Amino acid sequence: MNYYLLIPFLPLAAFLINILLGRKLFRHQAHWPSTLAVLGSLVVSVLVLIDVLNGQTLNRDLYSWIISGKFRVSVGFLIDQLTAVMLIVVTSVSFLVHVYSIGYMHDDPGYYRFYSYLSLFTFSMLMLVMSNNFLQLYFGWEAVGLCSYLLIGFWYQKKSASDAGKKAFIVNRFGDFGFGLGVILIFLTLGTLHYSPVFETIGTLSEKTVSIFGLEMNIITIIALLLFCGAVGKSAQLPLHVWLPDAMEGPTPVSALIHAATMVTAGVFLVARANPIFSLSPTAMSVVAVVGGLTALFAATIALVQNDIKRVIAYSTVSQLGYMFLACGVGAYGAGIFHLYTHAYFKALLFLCAGSVMHAMGGELDCQKMGGLRKYMPVTYWTMLIASLSISGIPGLAGFFSKDEILFRAYAAGGVGKFVWLLGTIAALLTAFYSFRLIFLTFHGEFRGTEEQKHHLHESPKAMTIPLLLLAIGAVGAGWVGIPPLLGGGEHFAEYIAPVVGHPAGEATHAEEWMTMGLSVLVGLAGILTAWIFYLRKREIPVRLAEKFQPIYRVLWNKYYFDELYDFIIVRPSLFVARNIIMGFTDGAIIEGIVNGVPAFIGWLGSHVRKVQSGLLQHYATFMALGLFLLIAIVMIVTGV
Amino acid sequence: MNLGYPVLTSLIFTPVIGALILLFVNRKHENFIRFISLGVSLLTFLLSLPLFTHFDRTTHLMQFVERKDWISEWGIQYYLGVDGISVLFVLLSTLITILCILISWGSIKTKLKEFFISILLIEGAMIGVFCSLDFFLFYIFWEAMLIPMYLIIGVWGGPKRVYAAIKFFLYTLVGSVLMLVGIIVLYMKSGTFNIVKLSQLTLPISLQFWLFWAFFAAFAVKVPMFPVHTWLPDAHTEAPTAGSVILAAILIKMGAYGFLRFSLPILPDASRAMTPFMLGLSVVAIIYGGIVCLGQTDLKRLIAYSSVSHMGFVTLGIFALNTQGVEGGILQMINHGIVTGALFLCVGIVYERTHSREIADYGGLATVMPVYAGFFLLFTLASVGLPGLNGFVGEFLIILGGFKAKVLAGVLAATGIIIGAGYMLWLYQRVFFNEVNEKIASLHPMELREAATLLVLAIFVLWIGIFPNTFLGFMHVSVSHLLERVHYGLSDTMVAAKHITGGF
Repeated sequence: MNYYLLIPFLPLAAFLINILLGRKLFRHQAHWPSTLAVLGSLVVSVLVLIDVLNGQTLNRDLYSWIISGKFRVSVGFLIDQLTAVMLIVVTSVSFLVHVYSIGYMHDDPGYYRFYSYLSLFTFSMLMLVMSNNFLQLYFGWEAVGLCSYLLIGFWYQKKSASDAGKKAFIVNRFGDFGFGLGVILIFLTLGTLHYSPVFETIGTLSEKTVSIFGLEMNIITIIALLLFCGAVGKSAQLPLHVWLPDAMEGPTPVSALIHAATMVTAGVFLVARANPIFSLSPTAMSVVAVVGGLTALFAATIALVQNDIKRVIAYSTVSQLGYMFLACGVGAYGAGIFHLYTHAYFKALLFLCAGSVMHAMGGELDCQKMGGLRKYMPVTYWTMLIASLSISGIPGLAGFFSKDEILFRAYAAGGVGKFVWLLGTIAALLTAFYSFRLIFLTFHGEFRGTEEQKHHLHESPKAMTIPLLLLAIGAVGAGWVGIPPLLGGGEHFAEYIAPVVGHPAGEATHAEEWMTMGLSVLVGLAGILTAWIFYLRKREIPVRLAEKFQPIYRVLWNKYYFDELYDFIIVRPSLFVARNIIMGFTDGAIIEGIVNGVPAFIGWLGSHVRKVQSGLLQHYATFMALGLFLLIAIVMIVTGV
Repeated sequence: MNLGYPVLTSLIFTPVIGALILLFVNRKHENFIRFISLGVSLLTFLLSLPLFTHFDRTTHLMQFVERKDWISEWGIQYYLGVDGISVLFVLLSTLITILCILISWGSIKTKLKEFFISILLIEGAMIGVFCSLDFFLFYIFWEAMLIPMYLIIGVWGGPKRVYAAIKFFLYTLVGSVLMLVGIIVLYMKSGTFNIVKLSQLTLPISLQFWLFWAFFAAFAVKVPMFPVHTWLPDAHTEAPTAGSVILAAILIKMGAYGFLRFSLPILPDASRAMTPFMLGLSVVAIIYGGIVCLGQTDLKRLIAYSSVSHMGFVTLGIFALNTQGVEGGILQMINHGIVTGALFLCVGIVYERTHSREIADYGGLATVMPVYAGFFLLFTLASVGLPGLNGFVGEFLIILGGFKAKVLAGVLAATGIIIGAGYMLWLYQRVFFNEVNEKIASLHPMELREAATLLVLAIFVLWIGIFPNTFLGFMHVSVSHLLERVHYGLSDTMVAAKHITGGF
């Protein structure tokens, strides 16, 4: 299995080639090294998956990274069932996005830069999922964050883009603050950061508690919650979700790859990878489930009223990530990873379709100014329709199987599970509604854009439509590996991933399973139907609703005012303290006052006592020499030398 | 380890001799002066390489030792040597000097000869500081460095150079004088200036405290620790590029080095007892220094204040008094030298073109100077501690060590990484992103000479980030020896604690 090293290092090589030589040598051919490299990674990943399916796993250190006293951590690789799934997801979506970008980005002056960053991202993401220890995971974690920063701000001339990139990085730092402390706490309690010894010995801490502000807390709970902080940031969950919608400033292929299919799922991956830690803390599990459930619903409500097609899909991503956490929180890690895997395809497809629409509309993003595009771009229409049906949970499609699995597992888990099941089911209704609102507004009805835009409407080139078709296959069929026994399937996915994440707890009858499944299909259909009535039949209804429930509408339109809130409680106070209090007062007046005051006083003393008008320094030096002898005398007397 | 020739002496005196030669060169031959300086600094660097290749990493004892009686009636010796704590700083000094000479190539317009003489003299003194094992000798080098630095700021600096130079001089002099008191008291008590011997003494607790404060005055000013940091922004901002680089990369390291070389081993009980105080000041420096950066409108000032924050990490690591903290602290000193040095070089490169340090005068620079933007980004990321780059290794070990020593200190220090990302990325955005500012639209791209200086540091950023063990390996044995000394050196902590409550 030694060829596994090719998986991350091929994209790294492509990155180095492009960043060092691309600007001079192949400005317009930069897609070759990157695309070939990721294709190579994809092929090797498939080989690795076959090995894993044959029961081979691998855990090997490459070299010692940091050694300091008892602290030792390596760069090393772990390949097991979970890693193999992630490898396939990352390399396949990444490859298709590379191909798509050939068509989408071809005229951009930063073409070589774009492909360099894509390769660097692919490398970092692969290092993240292949790591065998927490610190290398953290490396990948921050490195994908960097790529995200660079790619969101790819068109850095636009202030909104460079703002969004910076925001993404800094908001993530808030999460990473917790994550980093969690990693440190793991080392200090268990003496290692490598997964296998950590997971083997974490149970020994189950009795250990520490007191935080008088609150006795189990140390495993603290570790789990700190790690989860990182996940909340990276996967854009409440309350750190604010960066993801803004991240849509980046080129659309980036949104598909990084901000839908791969990087943002790293948080879910982290929780699933660290499941031996999370499973030992019921408190942490409940927190994960509730944060996931609330985010799923919360983000879906915002998506209902937005008009920017990419932002709708972005909120949809936040919401779907919420489902994955919800699953992990009820112990159904397998279901969470299953949804991660199906979601990667249908969500990447949605974004790439949106990109195709933008391509045709000359960069227009407002779906109120579209309509009727079905005629002009049939491939985009049909593939986006498939993706929307899939996300709405229509039976037979990928999204149905994974979402159904999550909702059923949540229901079966009982307790908190029942509550988050309810949240998830309501969110499913909203999901279907906003997804089809987008379809109907964009592709159906009359065209509402300008004449010039209408003149330019066209289907996208083959480099773009072929990836759409391939992803559509995934959006339909990716779920077939996890058909539940109830529908005659073998639940292969759950069995496959069980060696890493175990089996979910909780029992439920067949009747209950039919009930949750039936309900989720029903709400999905209801959502589509409502969208059809609202946006194709009686278009006055949504307008009237918005007027009638003006306050609610405004809150949703303004995304619950989170950005304004953070600006008010974090950004402004920091700048105020920096500019006014510190610069003006502490550093400016107090410290500087004392510092400038003392020499001034000595100087004044000097000129008066000795009446010597020579240079300043000599004065001070003389007085210091005098003081020196005085001080020596004092110290001598006091210490009795 | 001994090479059969006095390698440390050659390192100290090659630049000094170089400076003497320059003295006799006609000032009209500017290029000749430049090449002599470059040659001398390169030679010194080459001479220092054996320290890297022939250093024995398995012993805590001093290596490359040279020892001659100097003023025998007072027991003062010419005593040089390096161990795992100091060796890397010698190497850093010889490397940074080359870069400083390269970056000053065309930017120094007046008194070129005197400028290069000053730089070479500083180099000799810096190396002397890190190699001295005799307290008297140490003090001479320590003070010798002040004068050329004072001149560099005061003669070749910016508009407010005189104010900045005097402030720098006074601050450090006040500290140094107190240290001199300490050195003399120590000598009176022990009868020796020998640092190795002093590090094995058992001094009475009360004396340890007095001396701790005396040394603290000198070292805290140099670091600089909060609240005696206000000389640094002025000195950095007004100094010419090479001056800022030497200040940031080497000079302010001497304070932290002083804590490691003197305070900890000579005054172990006082150091242990003062831990909470020192950790507290360090955390304040990290957060305070970081927040101040948010309010800066001047490029150099911002980077200068970021040094306060980063050096807070260093002192935090040192006074965590555990392996990870101290090793992280030493590595972070090297890292900070490389990264902040590089950032000042970067600023110098554009300053030479625009003569403006105002952030508002920039914008969209990535479009105008893309390669430069790439370098600056790399150093920015290293500064914010991105894993895979050098800053991360140091910061992580320090936070780990700090957390181990005092949980709250570790947690508060970790907030520094959020603030750090905030001010550095904001800086980067304002300078490099957004629409191209008309004032800089026609800047010419980097010259090969400039790119080469940055490339050298970029290689170290990646090397230390990816293979930090090359460098951590130098310290392990010396650091564990030092910590043994600090923790088991003398009487138990109870005595010290009693002393503090007893009315210090």
